[in-house]
Amino acid sequence: MPEVHELVKNLADKYGRKRENLLHILQGIVEQERYLSDVALTEVARELDLSAAQVYGTATFYSFLDTEPRGKYVIRICRTITCDMKGKNQIIQAIEDSLKIKLGETTQNKKFTLLETNCMGWCHEGPAMLINDQAYTNLTVEKAIEIIEDYGSK
Amino acid sequence: MAKKINLKIDGVDVQLDEGQTILDAARAVNVHIPTLCYHQDLCVAGNCRVCVVEVTGARGLVASCAMPVSEGMDVHTNTLKVRSARKNIIELLLSEHNAQCTICYKNKQCELQDLASEYKSAEEQLYIDLVPLKNYTIDNFSPSIIKDDSKCIRCQRCVRTCEELQHVSALGVAYKGDRMKISTFFENPMYDVVCTNCGQCINRCPTGSLIERNYVDEVWDAIYRDKKHVVVQTAPATRVSLGEDLGLEAGEVVTGKMVSALKRVGFDSVLDTDFSADLTIMEEGTELLTRLKKALVDKDPTAKLPMATSCSPGWIKFIEHTFPEYLDNLSTCKSPQQMFGALAKTYYAQKRGLDPENIVSVSIMPCVAKKFEADRPEMRSSGHKDVDYVLTTRELAMMIRQAGLDFNSLPEENYDSIMGQSTGAAVIFGASGGVMEAALRTAYEIVTGREVPFENLNITPVRGMDGIKEVTVKIENTVPEWNFLEGAELKTVTAHGLTNAKYVMEKVKSGEADYHFIEIMACPGGCIGGGGQPIPTNMEIRRKRTEAIYKEDSGKPIRKSHENPEIVAIYKEFLGEPLSHKSHELLHTHYKERKRY
Amino acid sequence: MTYNKLKRIDLIFQEDSECPKVLEKTFGKSNDKIINDILESGLKGRGGAGFPTGLKWKFASEESADERFVICNADEGEPGTFKDREILFRVPNKVFSGMAVCAKVIGAKKGYIYLRGEYRFLLPQLQKALDVFHREIKDLLDFEIFIQMGSGAYICGEESALFESMEGKRGEPRNKPPYPTVAGFKDKPTVINNVETLVYAYMICKHGPMGFRELGTSDSRGSKVFSLSGDTPIPGIYELELGMSLNHFVEEFGDGDTKAVQVGGAAGFCVPRKMFNDTIIGFEGVPTGGSMKVFNSSRSMYNVLHNYLEFFEEESCGQCTPCRVGCQQLIKGIEAVKKGEQKASYLDQLMKLSETMKMASKCGLGQSVANSFSSIVENFREEMIY
Repeated sequence: MPEVHELVKNLADKYGRKRENLLHILQGIVEQERYLSDVALTEVARELDLSAAQVYGTATFYSFLDTEPRGKYVIRICRTITCDMKGKNQIIQAIEDSLKIKLGETTQNKKFTLLETNCMGWCHEGPAMLINDQAYTNLTVEKAIEIIEDYGSK
Repeated sequence: MAKKINLKIDGVDVQLDEGQTILDAARAVNVHIPTLCYHQDLCVAGNCRVCVVEVTGARGLVASCAMPVSEGMDVHTNTLKVRSARKNIIELLLSEHNAQCTICYKNKQCELQDLASEYKSAEEQLYIDLVPLKNYTIDNFSPSIIKDDSKCIRCQRCVRTCEELQHVSALGVAYKGDRMKISTFFENPMYDVVCTNCGQCINRCPTGSLIERNYVDEVWDAIYRDKKHVVVQTAPATRVSLGEDLGLEAGEVVTGKMVSALKRVGFDSVLDTDFSADLTIMEEGTELLTRLKKALVDKDPTAKLPMATSCSPGWIKFIEHTFPEYLDNLSTCKSPQQMFGALAKTYYAQKRGLDPENIVSVSIMPCVAKKFEADRPEMRSSGHKDVDYVLTTRELAMMIRQAGLDFNSLPEENYDSIMGQSTGAAVIFGASGGVMEAALRTAYEIVTGREVPFENLNITPVRGMDGIKEVTVKIENTVPEWNFLEGAELKTVTAHGLTNAKYVMEKVKSGEADYHFIEIMACPGGCIGGGGQPIPTNMEIRRKRTEAIYKEDSGKPIRKSHENPEIVAIYKEFLGEPLSHKSHELLHTHYKERKRY
Repeated sequence: MTYNKLKRIDLIFQEDSECPKVLEKTFGKSNDKIINDILESGLKGRGGAGFPTGLKWKFASEESADERFVICNADEGEPGTFKDREILFRVPNKVFSGMAVCAKVIGAKKGYIYLRGEYRFLLPQLQKALDVFHREIKDLLDFEIFIQMGSGAYICGEESALFESMEGKRGEPRNKPPYPTVAGFKDKPTVINNVETLVYAYMICKHGPMGFRELGTSDSRGSKVFSLSGDTPIPGIYELELGMSLNHFVEEFGDGDTKAVQVGGAAGFCVPRKMFNDTIIGFEGVPTGGSMKVFNSSRSMYNVLHNYLEFFEEESCGQCTPCRVGCQQLIKGIEAVKKGEQKASYLDQLMKLSETMKMASKCGLGQSVANSFSSIVENFREEMIY
């Protein structure tokens, strides 16, 4: 995977090769690849002269730094109490049915991954979800499906 | 002078230096505060919370290991709040711990078990058993180390050991919350990562989560089998530590009792790795002088300097992973264990008229990396597996207990022959600086015809607990053969602990240092602090073992390897001369690069 | 019981085009004068812990060091809090200005905004606003602000965990002492303030301490931004004078059937209806970083607690025993009681456990789990069992 090597090297050039630059680099990889492969993390360890286990340990601490393959669009539904009260389960159900995957899974065409996440700061406009960086709030089943379909046709 | 701080521990006045902790203060007045994540060799973590105490005026309880003392502090270590919290914390740890103690390798040697028995009250577990809810698997692919997460209490002593002492960080902390665990890269087996098998993590694991792969049953089986001739070799450092696991104080030399115990356990021949340590000096000393000549006089680019020792298998694996470009700088000598193994099934077999097929070769080592070393494909030059089983000092203690021997009342006995005789130079292999000192005792004499210019042959500057010891030896008035070294300054460095090793190698790599000879031992203090040694270990214990090593050396009638009569004999009868064709075939090897990450 | 009437305030979100001018005027004052103004205003940290802001600045300014930092904590992760996002969205220049004043006072050349990963969509416009701000203060102060993103870890809102995260490590809280003003980011003296605190600090510099001081109560000066959610017809963000009773709050914002209010998020306290009247919202009563979640009688408090515990079980950093194992035991414990696998009296054991977590955990997260646990179990015990 020479692209990953190139990506990691470019990110290290951009942010620096000190420990304090680690999160920037990991975030940069996730932005491009949607997840951190073992190859990518090995390259990061090499560039920053850290142990691979330390890099892995740091990555796995953060919910948004996935170490499992993810789809092009990562859907994260807020699971915390207000969104729960406002019906996040129906939203999840609807998206599961629409994409034919369960929570935690990725569609076969690698387009979508469906996850839950902890409070994302939209309690007054729940249920809410993130698709990659973008927040969607005041969801209804219809609205959620519409948004997903929009992404699907992108 | 540090500022003095006055405080009270349970009503007792105590004065300490600024920067010390409540735990230090309590220990100063003999107040026992239990600890788990705390370890003297490591930086403070403050995460198990077992050591919490009450400080008047403080909100909540404070971790005594992490809280610096301050003037006028009023500390209470045994209040209702403290006791209740401590009991709860122990119960919590038990609830996430696989507490099948009776089938645990560390049964009765477990710090959590000790605490549980100190604080036991209820007949049943207070909290819900979390172990069945997790998908724990045991990593037992490594010939050296077994990792069982179900017994892990997340104290991170192993992680700090691997990072701070060894600079390897094969183990790290991964995930967070209820999923938090001690993990290798991508949870790969220990066998498949940069782990050097040094076993220092085992020495510091408070439970049975990290243990050595043990071969006690296999060795018993070999002993019981009639047709097998079981030889055992004992490493230099085991004789100064074995007693600790059998009720004696740290620092007692138990060589004679150990030999006696091994004979009673049923080994057919009890021999000494010290013999092959002397042999290592002959080979390695000659190799060093030859390399110096090739590099300095013949300008042969293939002769790499500095030359580094190759006795420590943890160091070997470290350099394979981390500095593969320096593999040619390693001495080609096998470690004493493997030299012994190769000879046991050739020279020894011949002399004793045995079929090597029927010899089972066992070694008693202060080391768990030796288990991996014995398994290396490079280590079959006798045509068989040169060393069949490696037992740690701890495993030997277990066998002695299983055999029902009262160790302390055993008579002192001598090693068998052949390959049982040794010198003081071999004994000191067990301490950091020992190989260096032994090599210098012999090499200097070869070159100058005189003894090393140190009182009683004691090259004290290479001894001791300093992590990195640089010593330059000036060579003067050489014998004619070696006159190209006349006036040369032999620059040496001795390092122990892989963090120090890495530092030395970085200096070599950057060109900042121009050493000729490097001694590196993977473990703190050298083999006396090895990963297979009795638990606990700390600076004080390592010092005592080291003192015992040098005591053993100074009491030996012969203290230079080249004067060992059995060494003289083996060259005459079998090997020819150092670096001979036969030597190369049996006693030397090369190592290969391994992946860095 | 003395409390104020509920009063809406409009300070925080006032648009302000005068920041550079105000800063110029403020920088004309001595550092001591600025610190004294902040102290006199009575401003306490708006993240929830309530440490006097002026003291923080003073301590950091008194440390000798070659480098110091000011950090804006925008890792707003407490369930039910979303006011920092709105502040950063609407008046980022006031946040930057608060940081600049702090930087001047303590002698920091670099400032950082640690923005939670969930708010990444704010980044482009925030960076744009920051570029403008940097141009505006170019000649006033040698100070630069950088934005650092989080990546989804609630615990990074804990200040020492935030430093660890900024240093590229796992966001695990450190042992304290040393405190941030002595050894914070990169072990240098560091002032770390919440987004809202920095805006108030700036406003105090602009208007003087007295206007702020006159609001609120003697323990809780000033106003505060509240994030309102749950069973309310008007969820959203409200700036209110501190020191009101919860009763007034519920009258204003409840749906007429309010059974309980969770004040301060998952780490805060659950106040049942019978205590609304006696509960003051402020540091003398129930403090809050702003999260106000209203529950009506249709809600199962068991579900609420279960949801919070799920949150903590996952978001604990996992390093210390009471928090890592305690969270797991609390959630498994209430599940077992609910299913009848444990007796109701097991709840008492869990209460003791939560007390241990409060007393012995390494950081505020573990210490505060007991808040919601004990207040919900005490007040809604029956709902836990049946």
